[in-house]
Amino acid sequence: MAENFGNFIEPKNDEVEYLIVGFSSTSLPLKQRWKNKGLSADFISGYLQTFFVGRQDGDDGLRNGETIPARSRNAAKYIANELLENAMKFSDEGAKYSTRISFYLHEEQLIFYVVNSLNENDKANFQAYIQKLISSDANDLYIEQMEANALNPDSNTSGLGFLSMICDYSARLAWKFEILDTDDDMSGTPVSVVTTMVCVDV
Amino acid sequence: MELSQEDYKVAFDESQREVMCQGSLMLSGTEEYAPILELLKTASVQAVDKLTLDIQKLEFINSSGINTLTKFVITARNQAGLVLTVRYSEEQPWQIKLVSNLNRLMPAMQLEKI
Repeated sequence: MAENFGNFIEPKNDEVEYLIVGFSSTSLPLKQRWKNKGLSADFISGYLQTFFVGRQDGDDGLRNGETIPARSRNAAKYIANELLENAMKFSDEGAKYSTRISFYLHEEQLIFYVVNSLNENDKANFQAYIQKLISSDANDLYIEQMEANALNPDSNTSGLGFLSMICDYSARLAWKFEILDTDDDMSGTPVSVVTTMVCVDV
Repeated sequence: MELSQEDYKVAFDESQREVMCQGSLMLSGTEEYAPILELLKTASVQAVDKLTLDIQKLEFINSSGINTLTKFVITARNQAGLVLTVRYSEEQPWQIKLVSNLNRLMPAMQLEKI
């Protein structure tokens, strides 16, 4: 049974442009994947730009309080890259489940999905973090997190990725947690997966 | 003092008292960013009372990179007598947003739009 956090919209691929990129769980070590993660984020943002021709905005700067427009090339690259970084850091390497990133370009919205496996310990921490994210004022939490990170030099994760999407790009986030019956090698072992959804207006 | 890789360059010009960042900062986590944070902190100590951080040629930065810059700005904020100027591009919406976040952390920061 799925457990949702936030307003999770199921992907619909009828009448919209969409693209799905998959990363096999078996081939490259993390270090090499870091490189093709950047290439994939570049590719996704470059590909999306072809649909935004003549509809560019954000080139005249931002008015006070405005967020970064989804049509600017940086927006898609930033969101895709952050989602892939998280997926690669938190995937359960023992699960043999491929990470997949996709986007669906609707008339008014651009929605990204990343699906990856995760282990049960990370799942509890992740869900606690999501609860905090949902129940707090994101702009306050963003600055609080920056101040906290400065006092905590040994922490290897910044906790800023989702907050920057919400605060800097006006993104709406949601998550779906599921236990699937089989993993990619069809061994029949149940695998715990999370789909992260990021929705921005275009 | 300079850190240079295929994708990025971060360089401190002692005579101009400027740190210039260019290219794409997409490193993985605090550990990989440690040399860059160290360079920034060293630059602010050596610059004593006036330092410019120039990000106008920075093309991309991930959230770990934002974390590195915010840590540096908080250090600079706490350094008595230091005036920090950030030079950025007005044509990059993400740079405008980043600088406005840094400015929230350090209201005394000087901003220089290009």
